Amino acid sequence: MENRIEKALSKKKKLISIYFTAGFPKLEDTKSIILALEKSSVDMIEIGLPYSDPLADGPVIQQSSTQALKNGMSTRKLFTQLKNIRETVEIPLIIMGYFNAMLQFGVEEFCIEAEEIGIDGIIMPDLPIDIFQKNYQAIFENHNLKFIPLITPETSSERIQTIDELDSGFIYMVSTSKTTGSETGFNRDTLDYFERIGKMKLQNDLMVGFGIKDNSTFNKASKHTKGCIIGSAFIKHLSAEGIDSIGDFIQKLK
Amino acid sequence: MKKYSVDEFGFYGDFGGAFVPELLYSNLEELKENYKQIIQTEKFQSQFQKLLKDYVGRPTPLYFAENLSEKYQTKIYLKREDLCHTGAHKINNTIGQILLAKALNKTRIIAETGAGQHGVATATVCALMGLQCIVYMGEVDIERQAPNVARMKMLGAEVRPAKSGSRTLKDATNEAIRDWINHPKHTHYIIGSVVGPHPYPDLVTTLQSVISKEVKTQLRSKEGRETPDYVIACVGGGSNAAGLFSEFLENEKVSIIGVEASGKGVNSEASAATTILGREGIIHGSKTLLMQNKDGQITEPYSISAGLDYPGIGPLHAHLYKTGRAKFISITDDEAMQAGLELSKMEGIIPAIETAHAFAIFKYMNFKKDDILVFNCSGRGDKDLETYRTYFNY
Ligand SMILES: Cc1ncc(COP(=O)(O)O)c(C=O)c1O
Repeated sequence: MENRIEKALSKKKKLISIYFTAGFPKLEDTKSIILALEKSSVDMIEIGLPYSDPLADGPVIQQSSTQALKNGMSTRKLFTQLKNIRETVEIPLIIMGYFNAMLQFGVEEFCIEAEEIGIDGIIMPDLPIDIFQKNYQAIFENHNLKFIPLITPETSSERIQTIDELDSGFIYMVSTSKTTGSETGFNRDTLDYFERIGKMKLQNDLMVGFGIKDNSTFNKASKHTKGCIIGSAFIKHLSAEGIDSIGDFIQKLK
Repeated sequence: MKKYSVDEFGFYGDFGGAFVPELLYSNLEELKENYKQIIQTEKFQSQFQKLLKDYVGRPTPLYFAENLSEKYQTKIYLKREDLCHTGAHKINNTIGQILLAKALNKTRIIAETGAGQHGVATATVCALMGLQCIVYMGEVDIERQAPNVARMKMLGAEVRPAKSGSRTLKDATNEAIRDWINHPKHTHYIIGSVVGPHPYPDLVTTLQSVISKEVKTQLRSKEGRETPDYVIACVGGGSNAAGLFSEFLENEKVSIIGVEASGKGVNSEASAATTILGREGIIHGSKTLLMQNKDGQITEPYSISAGLDYPGIGPLHAHLYKTGRAKFISITDDEAMQAGLELSKMEGIIPAIETAHAFAIFKYMNFKKDDILVFNCSGRGDKDLETYRTYFNY
């Protein structure tokens, strides 16, 4: 069976992927948010499994995670909420979280349940690629899950080539050397970096994330890449406007 | 082959490694590629040794505690790290790391702190070297450790409150790591214990190993032998313990005892006894034992001593525990406070409350009359006077 991520990446357009924290604003919002995002023609969704100590995240995602945990979100709860999601949703679903949560659930058990639900890929920013390859790659592959690696402006070309050897669907290209949600905008260096990596002719597509918040940043980041991932800006929108105006937020990006 | 040293992948047995976001990869790689080589240079060694001697006040005495020895019918030595400049062993590490930061041309220093001891030790070496210093400290700790906040400010450091999570040491560490992500080029992160991603546990152990090197020389002149029968130290993250243990790890004749804080008791839900309450997992980029719920969310520890109030232990200690090389004993708040009082009254030494935990183990052990015990007297009690005062109603 073709992986849904690959199918999405083969579309002849720039892709929008949205990150949200499961269990926020309310514990039971997960399904409604996913449905609303698909209805707004979002191409991919990253479902954030909230973690107590999210090292790569800035204040917005930290706070949504803290709130989600307070609301009662857990790995088990998320899997239960997503149980029949594939009856209605067709776009790729990716779980993004921190490795300790997966380790405690059991890596294999986590992958088995994710596959049963119809999850297509996993982003674990703190699972280093060498340890993934040594200990977990076979498990991921057995359960048809893509492991999506990150690169940053500090990642050397040599290392990018190594990372690109994985069949990962896409590479998550972090726009600037910052935690999520920083609003520094994109300077010349950032734009050069997008172009430099875009021209490397990697086998995997590139999706840019961190710091994408509106139409202008979206266009700049997707010019040399396949598309963008929006997280903090979406969470902020959810906090301010609630889940009913998701369509408006997506419309304004395009 | 050494059994208790870090391997080429950054692991101690099953523990350690660098489980960090790619955003930190180049920072850590730079450190990993360079720290061993820099520390070995003559330039580093001569500066390090000179500062340890003239500025920190090393070697610290190995003091034979006659009264305590008499009471417990065994031979008790105290390694007097409490006599170091700034009042604890923490400065051995910060002196070494500031020289390393200089060698790597870093201009901005960040650190985390709980009780403020490591923050003060970092602010001190930054003042000495004229480098910018930012210390992250949990909002809750800022309130309960006001004197150390004032010391850091006098030393020219900026103290930034960590407002996330539980607003204590673990969150201050998260904030320091995030700062490092946001400033990858010119910043060096001086971590305060043998925790965090590789190469930090090994780096800090190496810098603290001066403690056990001195013990060997001092014991030789006092007892005619280099090795004690027991080495004993409190374990928060485990840096004073790693410093005291390091030279004796491979010599299985030396018994190793790590002392953890069990707070109000291991079953009280207000405890920091990581080896008992923890499970294997990942905290601050290291695979180790940590206190967490079944979903892997990190839980809040508790101890009366802010320096032992950490939900993990360094990967070296997790390895020593799992292999049985070290024995871990946990001590409650009350036991530690009484032991601190006893050391004060019998030897005239008021220890830090962290340190006091180590001196509370006698009722759990059977030492022989001619056993030689070396305790790490890791810090002095000045910073804890308010807590002692409240506890004993002075
Ligand atoms: C005097 C003293 N001892 C021990 C500790 C605990 O740290 P570690 O376990 O790294 O030695 C601290 C930490 O603040 C301290 O101040």
